[in-house]
Amino acid sequence: MAAKVLTVTSGKGGVGKTTITANLGAALASHNQKVVCIDGDIGLRNLDVVLGLENRIVYDIVDVVEGRCKLRQAMIRDKRIEGLFLIPAAQTRDKTAVSPSDMVRICDELRPDYDWVIIDSPAGIERGFRNALAPADRVFVVTNPEVSAVRDADRIIGITEAEEKGPAQLIINRINPAMVERGDMISTIDIVELLAIELIGIIPEDSNVIVSTNRGLPIVLDGKSQAGQALQNIARRVMGENVPFLDLNDQGGFFKQIGKLFSSGGKNE
Amino acid sequence: MSNFMARLAGRNRKSANQAKERLQLVLIHDRTNLSNSVLETIKDEIIEVLSRHIDIESDTVSVEINNDGRQQRLLADIPILGAKRKR
Repeated sequence: MAAKVLTVTSGKGGVGKTTITANLGAALASHNQKVVCIDGDIGLRNLDVVLGLENRIVYDIVDVVEGRCKLRQAMIRDKRIEGLFLIPAAQTRDKTAVSPSDMVRICDELRPDYDWVIIDSPAGIERGFRNALAPADRVFVVTNPEVSAVRDADRIIGITEAEEKGPAQLIINRINPAMVERGDMISTIDIVELLAIELIGIIPEDSNVIVSTNRGLPIVLDGKSQAGQALQNIARRVMGENVPFLDLNDQGGFFKQIGKLFSSGGKNE
Repeated sequence: MSNFMARLAGRNRKSANQAKERLQLVLIHDRTNLSNSVLETIKDEIIEVLSRHIDIESDTVSVEINNDGRQQRLLADIPILGAKRKR
């Protein structure tokens, strides 16, 4: 099967990495793919609660690294979504309990039996991020339309290039079309121009995300949510489909421009 | 009245544009690790070296960094004094 390893990272905290990892995993699994999500945030684990699997943790990734269990024993199978697995982070240890080469080894062990391994990177540019970057085949940089998040994304993109893991692809999360229209939020086009990397997803701000997180149910399962739709679209693009960017209504001109940007920019094929 | 004008002017400068302009400068600085004072030093030294060979209009020399995708370029614009004004 030869899984591809996708790393979801951002530099800045709180931009939506964990939500995106969980939903990308659920969306890919819903397309009959076998997916393992790894929580890379040792000491501050959260992917388990976002996926609603927190009550089923027995072993975690540090137990695997330190030889207390086999890799398969630390994998939690999602009973609602066929083909989706979670390897949780340890909560009572710190980032140094795992090394970049441990992560490479774990991913290599998973590759033959799965289609995708998605790593939820912690914020920052230190050890946890380095751990998440080491095994990556593709890197998704998440940002919000705010100066601090864009600036941090640029740093992460630079490090990804320096580590020869690039080119990273960009996910812009929490776009508020009405604010963009008013001139009070940096537009997708401007962010893509500033960061100068290929765009793979635009996710609108959507209060349903909080509701689905409350329930521990991935929002991609909610067919009516715009954010869920946008995340489904990212999953299809990851699988190689050419999916146009979502039309977020009453933004005709703006989103038509995005369409142009997508069809003309980025890699060929 | 002037207050009103200032508010009008402020309204014309959308915050999204301000954010973009500020980010452009911050990202150049973050990517190159060059401060304005280093750029000033580079400019002074370019003027010094070139002045040994040609007459240049040192007051209007500009040295700045431009973005080209994810690459940065150092652009120097150095006006040369006309032959007429030499001698």
